[in-house]
Order: sequence, then structure tokens, then C-alpha cells
Amino acid sequence: MNSVENKLVDDLPDSRGHFGIYGGRFVSETLMLPLKELEKTYLECRQDESFHQQLQADLKHYVGRPSPLYFAERLSSQVGGARIYLKREDLNHTGAHKINNTVGQALVAQRMGKTRIIAETGAGQHGVATATVAARLGLECVVYMGVDDIKRQALNVYRMRLLGAEVVGVDSGSSTLKDAMNEAMRDWVANVDNTFYIIGTVAGPHPYPMMVRDFQTVIGREAREQIREQRGKLPEAVVACVGGGSNAIGMFHAFLGDKQVEIYGVEAGGDGIETGRHAAPLKAGEPGVLHGNRTYLMQDENGQIIETHSISAGLDYPGVGPEHAWLKDSGRVEYVAVTDKQAMDAFHQLTLTEGIMPALESSHAMAHAVELAATMTADESVLVCLSGRGDKDVHTVAALQGIEV
Amino acid sequence: MNISKSRIPATFERLKIERKKALITFITTGDPDLETSLKLMHQLVEAGADIIELGVPFSDPMADGPVIQRASERALQHHISIDDVLVLVSQFRQQNNTTPLVLMGYLNPIEHKGYEQFANAAASAGVDAVLTVDMALEESSDYREVMTQAGLDTVFLVAPTSGAERSQLITNATSGFLYYVAVKGVTGGASADFAEVAKKVVTLQTMSAVPVAVGFGISSPRDAADVAEFADAVVVGSAIIKQLEEHPGETGVQAAVELVKQMRQAMDG
Repeated sequence: MNSVENKLVDDLPDSRGHFGIYGGRFVSETLMLPLKELEKTYLECRQDESFHQQLQADLKHYVGRPSPLYFAERLSSQVGGARIYLKREDLNHTGAHKINNTVGQALVAQRMGKTRIIAETGAGQHGVATATVAARLGLECVVYMGVDDIKRQALNVYRMRLLGAEVVGVDSGSSTLKDAMNEAMRDWVANVDNTFYIIGTVAGPHPYPMMVRDFQTVIGREAREQIREQRGKLPEAVVACVGGGSNAIGMFHAFLGDKQVEIYGVEAGGDGIETGRHAAPLKAGEPGVLHGNRTYLMQDENGQIIETHSISAGLDYPGVGPEHAWLKDSGRVEYVAVTDKQAMDAFHQLTLTEGIMPALESSHAMAHAVELAATMTADESVLVCLSGRGDKDVHTVAALQGIEV
Repeated sequence: MNISKSRIPATFERLKIERKKALITFITTGDPDLETSLKLMHQLVEAGADIIELGVPFSDPMADGPVIQRASERALQHHISIDDVLVLVSQFRQQNNTTPLVLMGYLNPIEHKGYEQFANAAASAGVDAVLTVDMALEESSDYREVMTQAGLDTVFLVAPTSGAERSQLITNATSGFLYYVAVKGVTGGASADFAEVAKKVVTLQTMSAVPVAVGFGISSPRDAADVAEFADAVVVGSAIIKQLEEHPGETGVQAAVELVKQMRQAMDG
């Protein structure tokens, strides 16, 4: 574990955006200089006390941080093992962790004098969080979204439109998140002078994986403090779901140096890894290059990116942030997969025992946390990142039960 | 470093003697099928193409506009792979051993095959150069070394945003030719302001030991002629593919070939 401990938070990525062999910057030449300008501005922001003051103020008064840490007592006793603690990112403004990142990037965009914001979105949570900050700052906002996802997440599409954003349907490729990201990149290449691209996860070309991570690490910093306050010690295990992996990186970072803490990233197992219908590149993919970075990908024998499957639109992505690829290879984080069905069961269990309706993405983390807790003792604890609320998924859940809402 | 074994320098030598500019035509391999691609390659040469760029279809063509995206999707419907592209190259080489062939595409299929395995297979099939759109200069040292070792040229792009310092670094790294992207945007978009492009290209020519090609947004014979005034080579892609897309079967091939003939005439006129 030494290599991980020695290369904590600030050491990685290296100056060219590499996490070991992963990460980097693989984009059209047109975007190289804009990415360097973004990196330069962001590094200045990182050093700037007034930037941090403004960010802290926005996180406190606009997002509603710190988010609570909640001991799920009834759930824990039903499971009959370790105490399960939930980091309540679902209680943030707009209902997920995504806003931590969009308020940060919006400040960077403002500093660069950009007047137009673009974003890609899968479940719509990042799109809503982006449309929200754009509305607040009076910036033009265009959100790219796969047409399949637009159908799955109609509520969030309407929310974005209410917030004044233009939602553009993408019907190329598999019509999901990866294609929305391709289309956002194409927009950015053409409009790079006045446009800031707010990427929603810890993927994409350098500096995005670093910048998005930095804005999300507030999750783990708060949670580590809170659980020490409530329990007097660190948790035995930390669990978060991984699509692109921004809530997970945000939660994990504060704990990477605590070698007694086991860390689990939960990917979308879809119909089951063995069926091939899943979205678990770390569990069942191979390294490759997509969307500007080298990472684990779901791909076929010819290096074509293959269609993924997950009940959760936010996890339905064939790649994963490069830092997760590095954490997997280093062995510091264990990545597991949870099927659609297991996630659904966890959704209902948390809803019924605690009155908290988790997003289907977060339900994946819940499913693994519950399984893990059952094998542990009552004086141990599991910390779960409840990354978002489930309101947006009610239609999906209802449809599975054959009910029309 | 090995001396380039590619057919590209000889082609530009010949054009210099003939006082002509190079016409580089792009097609997506396997769109709509491999037989059509092979036939089209020979006919493009007859119509006046000097160099052929063969697009290697990729599932996520981030730098391409709708026309080439759809061409990739059509090719991928029958799972065209790099190996299929290389078989096509070998077949083309049975009848034509002089026209340079450039494989243009994205990095992941090459990474997946492995740089060395790809480079050796491509060189022995008769490929002259590779142009990998998302291979940034900063990430390219292994890639360049392996390709060069196998005798392949590595073409790099300069964009309107590149700036003087990067342009010089890219110019130093490119081989075969240098490719100037005329517009900020994806392939197949609106025409550039050619007066602006000319200024950039003239500067690049003073920096570059190899010829400077211009592509992106060149769709008509008139565009081709305008760009040929200052550039060493003119690259046309989406406009050709559009002909294939809009006219079914043999008429599509004929329409594409006709467009290339007109471009050739306009450039030479």
C-alpha cells in the first residue's frame, strides 16, 4: 500500500494528468490549448484564498453543506451486523452530490469570462446541477443527453428546461451518456472561445479528473470528521457507487491514507457480469482510451466501445475515471458489481426501513453495504455515500412493478 | 530514426515537377461495404486523387461531424475492424503500388491491437502513414517511435487554436505531411475563412520540412481550388461520403468520383 500512501491527494495526477498509466489528455488538437488554459486557471484558483472563500460560502449557503451523516438504525438492526452510516448527499440542493462540482466549475468559468456553459448528462442529475448554477449566474446553458436517457429521466429533462437550459437529444451511437459526452465535446471544439464545458464526473481529459475530484472531496472530508465525532473512531469500511466515479472519489479520498479502512467501489452489474449486459468496466473491462483519457473500458475484440446496460442511467457508462483505474491496480480500493435486481431490493429496503428513497445509482452502494454489514459485528461500522435521492427514479421503479404513475 | 519508407515523399516530388497540388481524399472503410471501398479507391485515383485516407471506423468518433459519424455507424453494422482495413489495403496494393495510403482514426482500436502489432501489420499490408485524431503530441512518444520503426509516417494536426509554440513542436514531430485543421469544429462543417487559413498555412510552411495539407470544411470544387492556391495539399472527406450516402449503390460511387474529378480540374485549372 506504500505507493498509495505516499502519493496521496496532492501528488496525483502528475503534471500531465497521469495516474500511473491512466488519465492523460487524448483529444483533438483544437482542444489542447483550451485544456491547458483551463488547467492554468484552475491551478491559480487552487492557490487563491478568495476562490476558496467563495466556494466555501456557496457550498454552505447555496448547496446546504455540510450534509448530515445519518446512522441508519432500523436498517442496521434489520441487517443484523455492523452499524450503517449514510452520508446524505441526497439532501444537497438539487438532490445529489453533482452540485458540489458544478458550483466549483461555475466559479472557474466565471473567472475565465465564459458566457456559455455546456454539459453532458446521463441520469439528468448533473444536467440539473449545471442548469442550476447557470441560472444562478445568468449564463446560457446547453445540456446534451442521449434520447434513451431523455425517455428514462423525463422529470429531470423538464427540470432543466424550467431552469432555462436547452436540452439537446443525442441519437448517435447508443443514445446514452457516452454519446452525450461525444456531442458535448463536438460542441466545445466548435465554440471553444466563449464556452465552458462542465464535465460531471472524474473522467475526460486532464485537468477534469483532478478538478472534479478536488470539488467532490468535501464529501469524504466531512464524513470522516462526522463519523469520528459520532462514533469516536473511523469506520471499518467505506462504500460508494461508481459510474464515472465522482461521488466515490469524493468519498474515498479522505480515507485512502487510513489503511485500516476497507474501501469498496460498486459498479453496475446490470443483468449480471456473466451475461455481458452490465456497466462494470473495472470488474470486467480492459484498459483503453476514450473521452480524452486512458482508463478501463467496456470494449469488444476490435477496440470498439460496447453498449452498456444498467437500470440506473447515471451508471450506464462504458468507462470510469482514470484515478479509479489506478486505485484498482494499486489494490487500495476493491471494486465489486451489484446487479439491477440487488440494487432494486436495496432501494425498497432503505425506503421502507428508514423513509429515505435513494437514487438507483446510490442503491447499488446500499446493496453492497448491506451485504457487507451482515458479515460484520455490531461494534463495527460501514459508511455509505448516499449520492442522490430517488425521486427521479420513481417512474422506473413503478414501471418495473407494472404500475403506471 | 529510420528513413521514411513511405510513398508520400515521392508523391509530393512528382506533384512538384508537375506543378500541381496534392488532392487527398478520405473515405470511411467499409461504408457501405468493403467491395465498394476497394472499387472506390481505384476510381478515386483515376479521378485524380493523389493520396487516399482510409477512415478506420470507431464507435465514438468525437472529432467528426454527422456525415462521418453515420459512415462509421454504417461500417460498424458489419463489424469492420482494423484487420479488415488492412486486408483491403493489401488488395488495393495488388493493383496499385504507388498511391500513398493513410489510415485515419482514433487511438483505442490501435491501442487494443497493440502499437507494435498494429505497426508491423499495417506496414506489411502497404500502409504509408497513420493519423490518429485523439493522439496528442504530449502522449505520442512511444507511438511515434513504434510507427517510425515499422516505416510508417505519423501525421499530426495543427489547429487554429494551437499557437506558435505548439505549432512548432507539432511541425517537428509530424512526418509525411502536416495537416492543418481549417476550422474550429468537427469534420464536415461550414467553410473556413480561407484568407485567414492562408496566413496560418504560409507560416507553417516556413516552419515545416514536410508539405502542409489543409482539411475540414472543404466541400466544393471552388473550395478546393481556393485552398490549392496556398496549401500543398487539399483534404476532402465528408463531401465525398455525402455523395455515397445520398445516392444508393453504383450511382453513389459515380457521384463521388465525379465530385473528385471536378475538384481535380478546379485545382489544376
